[in-house]
This record gives sequence, structure tokens and C-alpha cells, in this order.
Amino acid sequence: MTYEAVIGLEVHVQIRTNSKVFSRVAAGYGQPENTLTDPVILALPGALPVMNKAALDAIIKAGLLLGCDIAPVCKWDRKNYFYPDSPKNYQISQYDQPMCLGGTVEIELPGAARNVMGEHKKIPLTRIHLEEDVGKLNHFAADSLVDYNRAGTPLMEIVSEPAMHTADEAFAYLTSLRATMIYGGISDCDMEKGQLRCDANISIRPVGQKELGVKVELKNLNSISFVRDGIAHEIKRQTAVLEAGGTLVQETRDYDGQTGLSQSLRSKEMAHDYRYFPDPDLMPVRVDEAWQARLRGECPELPFDKQRRLIESYAVPYTITSVLVWDRALADFFEAAAKLSGKAQAVGNWIVNDLLRELGAAKLTLAASKVTPAHIAGLVALIDAGTLLPNAAKEVFIEMFATGDQPGAVMERKGLKAVPVDAGELEQWCRDAIAANPKSLADFKAGKESALNGFKGLVMKAAKGKADPKRVDETLRKLLAGM
Amino acid sequence: MAADLFFKSIAELAALLEAKTLSSTELTSALIARKSAVDGRVKAFNSSDDADALAQAAASDARRAAGQARGPLDGIPVGLKDVISVTGQPLTASSKMLANFVSPYDATVTVNLKRAGAVVWGRLNCDEFAMGSSTENSAFGPTANPWDLTRVPGGSSGGSAAALAAGEVIAALGSDTGGSIRQPAALCGVVGLKPTYGLVSRYGLVAFASSLDQIGPFARTVEDAALMLGAIAGHDPLDSTSFKAEIPDYRAGLKQRRPWRLGIPKEYFGAGLDPAVGAAVEKAIAFYKSQGCEIKEVSLPHTQYCLDTYYIIATAEASSNLARFDGIRYGHRAKGAKDMADLYSQSRAEGFGAEVKRRIILGTYVLSSGYYDAYYLRAQKVRTLIRQDFLNAYREVDALLTPTSPMPAFKLGEKSDPLALYLCDIYTIGVNLAGLPALSVPCGFTPGGLPIGLQLIGQPFRESDLLAMAHTYEQAHDWHLKHPSL
Repeated sequence: MTYEAVIGLEVHVQIRTNSKVFSRVAAGYGQPENTLTDPVILALPGALPVMNKAALDAIIKAGLLLGCDIAPVCKWDRKNYFYPDSPKNYQISQYDQPMCLGGTVEIELPGAARNVMGEHKKIPLTRIHLEEDVGKLNHFAADSLVDYNRAGTPLMEIVSEPAMHTADEAFAYLTSLRATMIYGGISDCDMEKGQLRCDANISIRPVGQKELGVKVELKNLNSISFVRDGIAHEIKRQTAVLEAGGTLVQETRDYDGQTGLSQSLRSKEMAHDYRYFPDPDLMPVRVDEAWQARLRGECPELPFDKQRRLIESYAVPYTITSVLVWDRALADFFEAAAKLSGKAQAVGNWIVNDLLRELGAAKLTLAASKVTPAHIAGLVALIDAGTLLPNAAKEVFIEMFATGDQPGAVMERKGLKAVPVDAGELEQWCRDAIAANPKSLADFKAGKESALNGFKGLVMKAAKGKADPKRVDETLRKLLAGM
Repeated sequence: MAADLFFKSIAELAALLEAKTLSSTELTSALIARKSAVDGRVKAFNSSDDADALAQAAASDARRAAGQARGPLDGIPVGLKDVISVTGQPLTASSKMLANFVSPYDATVTVNLKRAGAVVWGRLNCDEFAMGSSTENSAFGPTANPWDLTRVPGGSSGGSAAALAAGEVIAALGSDTGGSIRQPAALCGVVGLKPTYGLVSRYGLVAFASSLDQIGPFARTVEDAALMLGAIAGHDPLDSTSFKAEIPDYRAGLKQRRPWRLGIPKEYFGAGLDPAVGAAVEKAIAFYKSQGCEIKEVSLPHTQYCLDTYYIIATAEASSNLARFDGIRYGHRAKGAKDMADLYSQSRAEGFGAEVKRRIILGTYVLSSGYYDAYYLRAQKVRTLIRQDFLNAYREVDALLTPTSPMPAFKLGEKSDPLALYLCDIYTIGVNLAGLPALSVPCGFTPGGLPIGLQLIGQPFRESDLLAMAHTYEQAHDWHLKHPSL
């Protein structure tokens, strides 16, 4: 029997705010234990929560970016359960009136090849609600210690419909969602810092069956790759159980990314009764149309919308845009350079290949780089004018990246300006090259285009690399055409 | 001299301090001495930091000497119910759970009192976590009624009322969730005011039922209550339920004299009302009539549901509010727990008293999956109807007059049945459910010499009117000038 997997993701995204969601104390990561605390975070007797408006702004913005319906009132509920990482032993959350309902996440599936755009889909969302993060337990041999620094960090729970069917879809969903959150300035989504965390609900059913199979919740998917691998593994595991004639049980499983295996954490019988009720310490907050409009004005273009526009407006290939659009700053950088230059594809290539390579090697962010869009546009202009030849241009780029000097100045300083090659001399080099390779000539005449490369190599050697490849190509073709 | 001092009002003492015929140090010392003399019998104090009080008094005297006195409360010792936090002082909520807890921060009302120059002194006894009507539920033992030491002072703020009645403090703060200021005020013969929900910040008040709790003053006179309310009221950015209201000069407002229209809710004079209490309240009604007030019978038809509604909402909120007391971060922690679940259950089993456990269990039940709609949600709807009853009545009248408590102070140990105790609050609970202001002012004594309280229930944020009405009554009577002999 063939099985189909049904996957829904619950993604927790920490919102980047200065202070915590219900207290004035700073939110942050990597501070000494229990220093980001106050009476509210520690749930001291008498302490009361007060909502951070910036966190509400952020979730509304997230909802607007994903096309959700925004609730007219922000209402808070208490989710009651005892656990040491939850200082009040209840979590302030949103139960029956989440801030955002519906919406979709657009995803792109892997294409037929790396340079071919894959299929696009819209994965529907169930809801997004706002809540407070909990603290962290650190277990030792004899005891466990709690660090409440993370407690009270604003946290969005983004719940998808069970509408994905492969690990690749889940991977694409997370990639797109993450980029959208970063684009909107809502979160940095650093999974290593726990700013984005993902649980997956996975079931399988015979293809064609309408009813969903037994659901397994997979936890601890600590990186986007683990999400893909963990889901793939779970689909295989469930399929194997059913094919061996076994039955699946509703349970929560813990995925270990190192071993690629999962183990059962708890079964459904231990499910909690959270005794949700409206938090009497927090008044509902009305979110009027003007509030939404203000945030709508702050919403950026989404990655895939940007990609479609770049392809259309700048006629740049998919391979370039597919790199650019996942980084909003990089895409903005490209657009600025393309506008200055007018040669979008050349600009794109320099950014995607050389700039990213150098940034990576230097472990720099784009913002910290000395190279500006004007540098790239200037470099492309020099190449285009024949003043700078490709190999020299690479050298200029590296120097320009290191110093921040303009490409023209670097070229002059390093003596890399192309010496104009006399047309007669170039033609002679070409004739010599053709004469030296009768076999290549025959090949070329037989229609073998690559035979041209052999001639080019010889010409470049003769020109000591200072000939413009474009002119070499033209001259060779002209001569060959007459032979 | 000293005997005169500790039964004086804030207003009188402020004049003496102003005239520099008395220092705050002298006054505070006199109260410390008074406490030493009588509190062994009254047991109103859970603890007190006398050295700290004297240091505050000295600071007040220094301010005054420098011409920088801050107003009528400067240098006046004020006692706080042991559910209101004060930096560096114990905050026990009269529970074993918090027996060793010291608060690292000030409640907003504490900040406000300190800003007004008051000497914040003493942790006053109450029912554990403010749950009760007799102060018998304290883990540290009951407080006695200064008028009759074999009787309860009422509750839950019984320590605040008793300390004031016994002359151990000049004024006090309590908290009122279902009558916990007004009922002990009535039973101890002092003024007690429960403000409109949202007028006084709850930040730093150990939460019992968040949507019902309000901090309010106990005072010897209505004027003193006005002074205290003025000091503690006002919007607080640390409390989301705090209201952005203009705070009037309550003391200046006392002079208002109007032919108020006063409603007598017929449901508050039924079976269970002690005849002596009923008679005293009738006399008070007659007084207002003699002053030209219009007296009108009104109906609050949902009154019969108040008690049930209250015990669903209050316990539901309490079950969640008290979840934080788990022995993990602070408070009582059981020894020898096997695992985490055991640590929770043992710590809570040992740390909480019977009434607190009863309410946590009830509240947990009414919020449980499958029961929420039938209990909590329905109770909230009835609560709206109860509030509507009051608002309907206020179309015809300015305020309501009722007994504060159906009975005067009862004997310690007399009401061992929890339900019998819950009935002590039938006249006060509706006010909390409706979020209204109300005060209790002394209106007489039983033939046995026990104080009786008259309750005035007002319109939202119209404390000024309420205080003026009570002041009118108080000016014509001398109940507040009588003191227990201890």
C-alpha cells in the first residue's frame, strides 16, 4: 500500500523587543543566569503583568505579512500547569481569540535543477497567537537549576494547517517563514539561540483516504535541516510500523538530530487540562483600523514577491534572485547597484559570487562591509568600457573589498588598467593560434563550438592576459568564418 | 498624654506635629509602647520592625525641622495588612507558605505612603491569603476583637481593624475581595473603605482574586479615610487594571452637603439580619431622612446569586494566582520529596491551611475542562447582571445604605462551618462583583457593647460623595469617639 504523509508545523518565534512581554526588564540572550529578572519574571507575591505594546505590534505585523485576519481585540488567557520553568505555574497566552487567524506561507519546492525555479505553493495557517516564553532548566547529576532569563520573552506560536505532505515542503515552509519574520524585523530567528523552534505533527494514511491517521508530535527539531531529516525519518518509521502490521499510538517523540533517531516522550493519556481562563490582571486591548494601517505601512515586500519583481524589472536570472531574496539587505543592495549601473545581471553576478564569497571569508555582514552599491556599479562600468579586464577586475574587487577604495582608484594604483591591444596585433595572435591547431580548426568547422576555447587560450597566452576576451572571441570568429 | 495620643485621628495628630508640640518619634514610640502593652492579647501584629519605624519617624522629624514636611500623613504610623509588600520586610500573607519570605520590593501603595511621609510600620494579621471573614484562618493564630477579646475582629483584614481599634496604629491598610475591609471595620468599630476597582493599584498586593481585590484604608474617622485614600489612589503603570482617573481632594470634598437620594435595597434586610444591627441601621436611615435626604426602597434582584457567583470567580482566580507558591523559587519547600510532582504536592500540602486548600480545589474544579462553561463562564454572566442591578438602582438614587455585616462580632471558634462563615459577607460581596466603592462607618453598638457598621455603597469613582455622606453622619454622632478598654 502507498502511504501519504500529512504534516502540520507549530513554530515558536521569539519576538525581538527591548523588554519582556509583560515586564520592564530587558529581554536578551547569553546573559549570566537569572539576571534578566524582576518581581514579575520571578512571580514574586504581588507582582503584576503589564503588556509590552511593541510585542503586540510585532505579532500584528507578522499577521499582516502572512495575510491573516487580525483580531479586533487582543485578549489574554492563562494556561495553567505546573512546571519549574514556568514561574507563575501558568503561562499568559491566547486561547480562544488568537491575535491572527488564517493566512498563508508561500513556499517554493526544489526545482528540476539548481537553476530552475521550483513549484510554488501556499501553505494555509490556522492561527498565530502571542504568549510568554518560559525559563530554562539545566539538569545536573544531583539536581536541576532554573534560569529565568528567557522567561517572559515575547513568543509567537504560528500553527499551520495539516497541509504539508513531504519533508521538503516542511523545509521550504520554515525557510520561507523564517525569511518573512526576518524581513519584517519581527525576529532574528536564530535557531541556535532558540529564537525559532519547531514542533511537527505527523501522520500517515493510505493514499486516497480522507481521514487523518494517528498523529505523532515530534519535538526538539533544533535546526531547519533537523526538521527535514526528523520528519523524513518519522514518515519512514510510521510507514514501517504499518507495513509490519503494527499500529501507531498518539504520542510525543523527541528527535535527536545527531543520531537521526527519535524516542517516545509521552503518550496522549498524560495530556494536560490547562484550565484556560481570561487573565484578570490584563485588560483586553482594542486594535483599531488606524493601528493596523500604521503597521501595514511598515510591512516590507515579501521574498517571493520581490523575486518575481526582480526577475521582471531587471531581467536577472532565477539563480541570482534565488540567492538575493532570502536576505532583504542583500536584495536592497542589489537593487541600488543595478539602478546605478543599468547592468543588472553583471551587478548581480558580482554580488552573488564575489561579494558573498568575500563576506563569508571575512565573516562580515553586508552592513559591515566597505563595499557599497556604487563600488559594484563602478566596477561593472570599468569592465563594460573595456578599461578593466575580467581577471584584473577580480583583483580590483578583492582590494576594493579590503580597503573600501573606489574601483577606478584601485585599478590605477595597482596598474591594472587594460592596455588597449592594437587590432592588427590581436588579429596576428589569432591567426597564429589557428595556424598552430589544425585539428581544432577542423573540429570547429565540423560544428564543435568548444574548439574555440583552444584558440582563445593561445591568444590570451600571447597577450599575457591583457586581451579583452570579448574582442578575442569576435576576432577569432571573424577569421574562422572566412576559412 | 500617651493615652490620648493613640486614639487620636490623623487630622488631630497632624496638627500637633505641625505645631511641633509632638514629634513623630514621640508618637511612634508611644505606639510601640502601646503595642507592647496590648498586642499580647489582641494579636493584631504578625511582626513589626520597630527600629525601622523609629528611623522613618526620625527622618520625618528631620524633614519637618527643615521645613520640608510633606503633608498631613508625614510622621503618622500606618500599619499594613501582611499581604502588602514593603521592601525588606516580611510578607507572609499569614501563611506557613511564606513564613520566611521577605519582600525585595515595595507595593505601589507602600511607595505612595512613603512618599506622603507616613511611617510604614507593622505586618498586620489576616486570614491566610486574605481568605476568610474572621482572621481565624491565619497560620500564626487568630486576632482578637479589642471590644471583646473572646470574639473575632472579622476578616480577612482583622489585624488591621483590630490594631486600629486597639490604638496600636493611627491608620491601616487592608484589602477587600468580598468585604475584607468593611466587615472587620464594622466589627471593630472603625471606618473602612473599599475603593472602586481600579482606583488603587494592586501592584505589590498578594493576589487572592485579581478581578475583585482592592486595597483600601482603615481609619478612625471619615476624614482620616479621605486623607489615606488621597495618598494611595491614582493610576499606576505597573497595574494594567489601574484606572486613569482624576484624583479629587477627598478631604475638601467632605464639606459637600446635598439632599442625597439614598436607596435601601430590600434584599439586604431579610432573614439572618441581627435585630440590633437592623435597628442601628434603621436609625441611621432615619438620620439621613432628617437631613433632607430622599430615602427610597430599591431592588437588587440578583442579590441571591452573589455568594455563589463570588465563590466561583474568586476561587477560580485564586487557584491560578496561588499556583506560584510551589517551593521552587521561594516560600515553603517540603523536605525529602521523591520527585518534582512530590515536591509540589508536599510543599503545598504543608504550606497551605485548610481554607486555602478548600478554595484552590474548588477553583481548580470550576475551571476544569468540561465544567468551565457551566461554572466560570456562567458566573461571569451573572456577575454582569449583578453589576447591572446596581447601575439600574443608581438611575434613581445616589448611593445605597445597608448593614455592613448581618451580625456583630461572633465568638472565636463559633463558626466552624465554612458556609456559615461565607454568609458573613452577604452584604459586602455584591460590591466587589460590581467593582463599586463602599465604606463602613460605625453606627452604634449592640446591647452587649459590640460595634455595628453602616455600609454606604456608591457609584464608580464617586468616593468623594460616599465620604461626604459618611462624614455628614459621623459629624452628628459620637460612635467613633468610643474606644475599647484594654
